[in-house]
Amino acid sequence: MSPAPGAAREVTPGEALGLARGGAVLVDVRDPSELFSGTAEGAVHVPRCNLEARIADVAPDRTLTLLLLCASGQRSMATAVQLAALGYSDVRSIAGGLQRWRREGLPMTAPRGPDDLDWERYSRQLALPEVGVAGQRMLRDGRVLLVGAGGLGSPAALYLAAAGVGHLTLVDDDRVERSNLQRQVLHGDADAGGLKVHSGGAALRRLNPGIEVAGVEVRLDAANAREVLAGQHVVIDGSDNFATRYAVNEACVALGIPCVHGSVFRFEGQVSVFWPARPGGAGPCYRCLYPEPPPPELAPSCAEAGVLGVVPGVIGLLQASEALKLLLGIGETLVGRLLQFDALCGRFEEFDVQRDPRCRTCAPG
Amino acid sequence: MSEIVVRLPAALLAFAGGEHELRAAAGTVAEVMRELAGRHPQLVQRLLTPEGELRPFVNVFVGRANIRGLQGLATPVPPGAVVSILPAVAGG
Repeated sequence: MSPAPGAAREVTPGEALGLARGGAVLVDVRDPSELFSGTAEGAVHVPRCNLEARIADVAPDRTLTLLLLCASGQRSMATAVQLAALGYSDVRSIAGGLQRWRREGLPMTAPRGPDDLDWERYSRQLALPEVGVAGQRMLRDGRVLLVGAGGLGSPAALYLAAAGVGHLTLVDDDRVERSNLQRQVLHGDADAGGLKVHSGGAALRRLNPGIEVAGVEVRLDAANAREVLAGQHVVIDGSDNFATRYAVNEACVALGIPCVHGSVFRFEGQVSVFWPARPGGAGPCYRCLYPEPPPPELAPSCAEAGVLGVVPGVIGLLQASEALKLLLGIGETLVGRLLQFDALCGRFEEFDVQRDPRCRTCAPG
Repeated sequence: MSEIVVRLPAALLAFAGGEHELRAAAGTVAEVMRELAGRHPQLVQRLLTPEGELRPFVNVFVGRANIRGLQGLATPVPPGAVVSILPAVAGG
């Protein structure tokens, strides 16, 4: 059968196996992240993204028969056309790809993903050198507590759960109100009237049954915050009042836990990381930045002032991003920096935050 | 005295006639406050105590530097600088 113009010749998986055993070169062109489930026996891996640079290593002779394999047979066909254009005279695409290869019971290599991780779920993270298997295990063993399962806590918790952070704790004593649903995306219409830690926990477990989610139905204050926060690796402050924010700050400072701060108002939000106990360079705490809370008459709440739902979405996800970096120990965190987001102007601004040597929460002595 | 830009957050717009950015001619943060007080007295009442000190829940940045770590209200403001005012907000 001669190939149509612009197409390459196809072979069945069974024919390919026979040709490979007779000396043809079997090439798996899938992305590195797709390899965890194993591949066809005898295949060499040359991902399509660096094919041109690497194909000469596996096939220095352009007259060799090349058998290309991908997941379903489409990318291998496109790649075969590409290689023919490079001068390879006998390139064939394996019809139906690895799916058909597997379905026909042809020999496979053993899955090379780690047994203790859900490699398929996390394959796109495992493919990142900055995460990889070691990092995914750090996330699995990570403990993150979210103060508030509301506008900030909802997006943060969803993405941390999806990323495989193994131990999440939601702290909130509120019940879901219908006016919350415009931004508190952990909860649905049917959850109105119920406890946020219940509907939030259920949503997270549905998203990722492989993690542990705990709910603590309590309002954090100076008396209970240390006990509730003890043992956490990272705290995400998504609370909605100053009393809780200062109580969380004091407990985090006392326990040495990094606190990822987020706060929103109308079309604007602020995000930073407060961590006086940071190894290799103490950061400021929340009180270093704001020495005292405003009196109630100068601090209108979102209930009165309103907030665009996507603003806590953006800020909550920046908090989740900081939490993942802290758990993984990668990148530059927002310790010592405050990001201010203005949705109306479409602008982020960055400010320096320094330790206050006279801070009554975190200054030594 | 040279022209500088003052950026206000949403929480304070109502006290500045709805203006997100104000222009002022000033050489220090204190002069910025004096000029704003003439135009928007209610705004400055929210930034400064009756004794004229910066309120502890408001931060003023010249560029990206917090004036609390510099010379407070006496911090110089170079020509063309952006002075950002950032109050604590609690919404979550």
